[in-house]
Amino acid sequence: MSYSEKVIDHYNNPRNVGSLAKDDTAVGTGLVGAPECGDVMKLQVRVNPETGVIDDAKFKTFGCGSAIASSSLATEWLKGKTLEQALEIKNVDIVQELSLPPVKIHCSVLAEDAIKAAIADYKRKQQDGQ
Amino acid sequence: MLRFPIYMDNHATTPVDPRVLELMLPYFTDRFGNAASRNHSYGWQAEEAVDVARKQVAELIGATAKEIVFTSGATESDNLAIKGAAHMYREKGNHLITVVTEHKAVIDTCKHLEKEGFDVTYLPVKRDGLVDLDRLRAAITDRTILISIMAANNEVGVLQPIAEIGKIARERGVLFHTDAVQAAGKVPFDVNASSVDMASLSAHKMYGPKGVGALYVRRRNPRVLLTPIIDGGGHERGMRSGTLNVPGIVGFGKAAAISREELATESARVTGLRNRLSEGLRRELDEIYINGSVEHRLPGNLNISFAYVEGESLLMGISDIAVSSGSACTSATLEPSYVLKALGTGDELAHSSIRFGLGRFNTEEEVDFVVEKVSAVVKRLREMSPLYELAKEHEEVKMRG
Repeated sequence: MSYSEKVIDHYNNPRNVGSLAKDDTAVGTGLVGAPECGDVMKLQVRVNPETGVIDDAKFKTFGCGSAIASSSLATEWLKGKTLEQALEIKNVDIVQELSLPPVKIHCSVLAEDAIKAAIADYKRKQQDGQ
Repeated sequence: MLRFPIYMDNHATTPVDPRVLELMLPYFTDRFGNAASRNHSYGWQAEEAVDVARKQVAELIGATAKEIVFTSGATESDNLAIKGAAHMYREKGNHLITVVTEHKAVIDTCKHLEKEGFDVTYLPVKRDGLVDLDRLRAAITDRTILISIMAANNEVGVLQPIAEIGKIARERGVLFHTDAVQAAGKVPFDVNASSVDMASLSAHKMYGPKGVGALYVRRRNPRVLLTPIIDGGGHERGMRSGTLNVPGIVGFGKAAAISREELATESARVTGLRNRLSEGLRRELDEIYINGSVEHRLPGNLNISFAYVEGESLLMGISDIAVSSGSACTSATLEPSYVLKALGTGDELAHSSIRFGLGRFNTEEEVDFVVEKVSAVVKRLREMSPLYELAKEHEEVKMRG
């Protein structure tokens, strides 16, 4: 398996690895995938309550190099976006940016799912808080 | 001086030993004759060289030279043994027995025969990878004509109890074929001591060239007959037509001779390297699991799962080490290793497995480098792994009670 330079770069220098406090009401957490399938992604966003803009994003991923790169790239793109803008990130954008081969498209799908799950979790918290 | 990438994938293939290559070279140029040419010295020379090699290969496994049929490799040998016996003995019965952890060359050959109307029993293995002999006994019927069980597994290195299997087969009057590709030259293997009727061998797994293998076919007690799968000039006692690959066969013979002479010292040395690797990794890392029996195992094999780390991402981090993974992502099918699955290794740990295959040319210095490198990458990936984080949180919860 040969990887694109961008995948290798994200694998060697992953952006935004780590965890945010998942009980924080400003934080949304998405956990997607299954260990038995070989991919699990945890993606978190923290939303500025004043502006509604994502001011921090973190990830942790169990998966191949392409899965790590997809989630690393997603956190990079999420920062500075509103929730609406964030939901516009599609897996095909990730495929294109990282030049993922067909067998790795599922990694980008998982990253898109993780973004959606994190935002849904954040929105749920806001409703529960009211 | 380390040479990169460090090669630890000796179950996939081995480099040709320089002593083997040296002996082969004249058979490409000066001694290029066809071993079947009866009328001139070129042919005689080639035939003599093949005779020597045939004896060398036979001696490695305790056979006689006439019982060795040269082939293009072990896949062909497996096909010839299984299809050849099935077709020859069809009137006697239509049932075959094999094991789920066999190489695809055996499994897919059996699948092919099923389409022709044969019945095949695929025995499961125990948690340690060994076949359950009671289940084997129970599977044999009066329609069973062949048992095919490998001597050593190519992924987990587990050694099957072939002497016991051979005894059971003999008692019940069933032929016994073993794929001995990984075992021959690595551990003692004797066709008479193990009551083996057919055995598949490959040169390139024992520091010989690719493209040449052999099938041992017993000639006495019982005499095994096979229907050929390749028709033609009647070479190899009619069992395998086709001009002999003389340079390859010469190399195979030499490789077999070296393996036989050096088996005791080499297996001790390689076992030492394997244990050094295993102990080094255990010293550095927690939650790593060896797949398959530790006791009944090839000297050079270490198949190990690194919990919470996916195999392909680990391979990517250790790209200066040539090994292979049981992870789904390394195959086109996205299914993890069927061998690890058969051992009852969960999918999660199957995805986290690496196969180290040590061999003749590995050194302690290489092992030490690998320990250090693999440990560092596993630690880094675990820091990135949500599963590792979750496991540690659970531990804390437990500790707090």
